[in-house]
Amino acid sequence: MIELNNVSKWYGQSQVLDACSTRVAKGEVIVVCGPSGSGKSTLIKCVNGLEVFQQGEITVNGISVGAAQTDLPKLRAQVGMVFQHFELFPHMSITENLTIGQIRVLGRSKEAALAKALGLLDRVGLKEHASKHPGQLSGGQQQRVAIARALCMDPVCMLFDEPTSALDPEMITEVLDVMVELAKEGMTMMCVTHEMGFARKVANRVIFMDQGRIVEDAPKDEFFGTPRSERAQQFLSKILSH
Amino acid sequence: MNYHWNWGIFLEPVKGGDETYLDWLLTGFGWTLAVSLSAWLMALMLGILVGTLRTTPSKPLAALAAAWVELFRNIPLLVQMFLWFFVVPELLPRELSLWVKQDMPAKEFITATLCLGLFTSSRVAEQVRAGIEALPSGQRMAGLALGFTLPQTYRHVLLPCALRMVVPPLTSEFMNVFKNSSVAFAIGVLELTFQARQMQEDSEQGIETFFAVTLLYFICAFTANRVMALIERRTRVPGQMAGQMAGHQTT
Repeated sequence: MIELNNVSKWYGQSQVLDACSTRVAKGEVIVVCGPSGSGKSTLIKCVNGLEVFQQGEITVNGISVGAAQTDLPKLRAQVGMVFQHFELFPHMSITENLTIGQIRVLGRSKEAALAKALGLLDRVGLKEHASKHPGQLSGGQQQRVAIARALCMDPVCMLFDEPTSALDPEMITEVLDVMVELAKEGMTMMCVTHEMGFARKVANRVIFMDQGRIVEDAPKDEFFGTPRSERAQQFLSKILSH
Repeated sequence: MNYHWNWGIFLEPVKGGDETYLDWLLTGFGWTLAVSLSAWLMALMLGILVGTLRTTPSKPLAALAAAWVELFRNIPLLVQMFLWFFVVPELLPRELSLWVKQDMPAKEFITATLCLGLFTSSRVAEQVRAGIEALPSGQRMAGLALGFTLPQTYRHVLLPCALRMVVPPLTSEFMNVFKNSSVAFAIGVLELTFQARQMQEDSEQGIETFFAVTLLYFICAFTANRVMALIERRTRVPGQMAGQMAGHQTT
């Protein structure tokens, strides 16, 4: 579904991604972790072309992201993305947030878009908030709306960029619950997160990044049981020590 | 002070005519409104366009927009009036130049509106740019990630938020348009300041004249201010405090 081949990226002189390669098969859930500045957010943003990369190749559903002739908006419409800071559109109601992409990008009718939106809002447990604006919801609720907004587009896979790191602790669970459910339904997911509980529960593989490189790419049991690199061992012992 | 007060002067006929001085001031007021409102409309449209272009990833377009802003912002308005009125027509092709100088209808009005509109557009563009740049960068990414093209991202995501944020600074620009329109008297637009000087010379009642003119300008600027405040209230987003578009809510 998602294939990265020797992807490298530079900001001017400094290299932020160094020959990253991995594949995410259909229905797989991959967790990407690593210290801050390791390039994991940049990597995931390369997958739907929000960040450009200078070397290597990424294909999503068979389409090359970096190719000049690729219709990026069309490609992105098939790839759901959830951001650290939710990024709901603050001037639109929740319903409008969920329907505008369906109407303007997919060309669905208003009625069809609304039906889809309400169905997904119900699924994330927020149907009664449909007519509110993002500013009137809590962070956890906003992030659940953001997930519903991405799902409204019937994506072939979902990218999560630290979806819980801007949330108060008591709201993390409600967002993770939605993600776990998605994973169990067979959604292809690539998640940048430090929620190791989530990784243990649903991830197929864990990718560990450091200084722009994929240092470890292993099935989750292997990763948590016997991480090969010293760097990953240090990282794990730090975040799992509490 | 040996000044002869005469507050009734406004209703007296002008020397050698059957109009009153009030008629003069009101025609002047009409032209002031016409120049200001047309210039403002032009400034808003061009300013939003140019301010938007300055924030696009396209380097040539952003550079063009930056050049636009610097050109119209760095030359005194009065000098710009003279440039448009005396210099630009000379630079046109011969035929067009002759037509502009001799036959163009409402030449002073058109020149003044164009000049004031372009000058103000550079100021509006800067406000709009600041508004767009104040938005979290994730908003642009969220629009694109949803499958919007760049123009759609501006149209549906960035501009609605940025424009709401810049209503307060744009209020000042709207008020400035009325005040700056007084410069148009220098190229012979029969607007309020022009009429005031004419009335002052004709009637020799300078204090009354400029008192009335001050009041009329004040009314314009104050109305502009109230209109913008109304727009600000009408477009307010529920759950959002003024200026909050620029920040993240994390709880």
